[in-house]
Amino acid sequence: MGQLPVSRAAEPSMARRNAVASAFLYAALVTLAIGMLVPFAWMASASLQMDKDVFRFPFRWIPKNPRWKNYELIWQRVPFLTFIGNTVKLTLIITALQLLTSSLAAYAFARLEFKGRDVIFLLYIGTIAIPWQVYMVPQFIMMRSLGLNDTHLALILLQAFTAFGVFLLRQFFIGIPKELSDAARIDGLGEYGIWAKIVMPLSKPAVATLTIFTFVGTWNDFLGPLIYLSSEKLKTIQLGLRMFIAQYSADYALIMAASIVSLVPVIVVFVSLQRFFIEGIASSGIKG
Amino acid sequence: MTVAARKTLKSNAIAYSFILPNLLGFAIFTLAPMVFALALSLMSWDGANPIKYVGLKNFGQMFRDDTFWISTFNTIYYVIGTVPTTMICSLLLAVLLNRELKGRNAFRAIYFFPYVASLVAVAVVWNMMFHPSMGPINNLLRSLGVKNPPAWSASTTWAMPTIIGASVWRNAGYYMVIYLAALQGIPRDLYEAARIDGASGWQSFRKITIPLLTPATFFVTIMLTIQGFKVFDLVYVMTGGGPGRATNVLVFTIWDRAFIYSQFGYSSAVAMVLLAIVLVITVLQFRMEKKWVSYL
Repeated sequence: MGQLPVSRAAEPSMARRNAVASAFLYAALVTLAIGMLVPFAWMASASLQMDKDVFRFPFRWIPKNPRWKNYELIWQRVPFLTFIGNTVKLTLIITALQLLTSSLAAYAFARLEFKGRDVIFLLYIGTIAIPWQVYMVPQFIMMRSLGLNDTHLALILLQAFTAFGVFLLRQFFIGIPKELSDAARIDGLGEYGIWAKIVMPLSKPAVATLTIFTFVGTWNDFLGPLIYLSSEKLKTIQLGLRMFIAQYSADYALIMAASIVSLVPVIVVFVSLQRFFIEGIASSGIKG
Repeated sequence: MTVAARKTLKSNAIAYSFILPNLLGFAIFTLAPMVFALALSLMSWDGANPIKYVGLKNFGQMFRDDTFWISTFNTIYYVIGTVPTTMICSLLLAVLLNRELKGRNAFRAIYFFPYVASLVAVAVVWNMMFHPSMGPINNLLRSLGVKNPPAWSASTTWAMPTIIGASVWRNAGYYMVIYLAALQGIPRDLYEAARIDGASGWQSFRKITIPLLTPATFFVTIMLTIQGFKVFDLVYVMTGGGPGRATNVLVFTIWDRAFIYSQFGYSSAVAMVLLAIVLVITVLQFRMEKKWVSYL
């Protein structure tokens, strides 16, 4: 109580101190944001310049005569549209298959009684910690012997059925009150009906998380396509960009333009869905 | 057959119909290759000639192979370089953003963006910025009077630190999101009480924030360490394992031996080492969790 008058007297200077503190905070935040974005800004600016001006020092951030021709040139030199199409195709199919099969299996593990349930589930959990890199080579040999080398099907098959997806959804499904499905069962709904009409609609956060993880993982996957895809017409955007760089290693401005092209789809998806991205990661992160 | 038995049979059948699509794919394309990997590490095979059982010979060859030791050392170097740095950077970003703030979501999205940006594009721009003779970083260093700036990814000494830098820059935003979520879980009144007791901002950070964040820190440490041991993409695109073998990491050796040299058995032996490391870390970290993680 004795401190009260002191703090009241300190109020005006406190307000000033707060203002200074928040100015410092914003300065720090903006500096960090620039640090994060400067490589992208440089990429964008350099993609509109001549090769010789990419490394100009000091760099001219706003090009004098933007060379839009760079963007025309890369479309002629590399089939970027094919690469983007392939990536979109793989991402959509893998994400859809992953969601469908994982949620069905997770439903059975969470809600149904059947022989061997715990043993099979243990098998799933036991493999979560094993990195893909440990068995990617035998997996490739297997796919090759099935004649799936250099096909999209191989990548789909190896990425669509993961223990992680089943585990993530099962943990969420377990938390949904049993009374809801019991009531639905009395109303004559079968297990598939309960899965589709009760459990799935109530699991939007977990489904969103899995969608995002699968989407980002597939979109940015590099090693998988590197191992499996050798025909140019099958390559994904990551691999295509890498190929372009290897071929035109001295065409700096073109490489920058190609990089920007490879970023545009990601930027569009990210900007429109960033809230889901970030919340999805946050929720799965806490649960560990 | 009794009615009850028939009912069990039917409900079992329904349950299996739920599991089967995933289980089949999982068993054939994940479980089988895992078992095959173990077997393959005891075989000698070039992919064309008949496969031959050789016992532990691959492991013997591996332990005498200096490329294996170099790649193990480099992987540990990468892990030690990335884990604490990424953790500190992501915690710093999270703490800065954990308040009522205009533009908070925009800042959060910006810090997170490098994580989703395509890896190859990120690696390319990073390499160009650090280009030894023409890159803006070295131009800047020279203009500041540094006579011989490092050759970054073209130098055996600096290649790994350059990759580590790119990795921290790319991943900090991801772990920031995890820390932010954990920070939101700390009750506000704890800080309020500490302030009334006269604690400074730094004191309440050390005595409240850090201890209550340990579960998140624990999670981040596991994730980062395991991610670190699996590093490949960034290395492959930025340096291709070079110069020389300066950034040759374990997964790079696994890939290189299998797909360049067709030594599938040897490659699988190295993969077993990766598996052992990752499993030991997982077990160790879960043991340590009991000792130093405090839950509220």
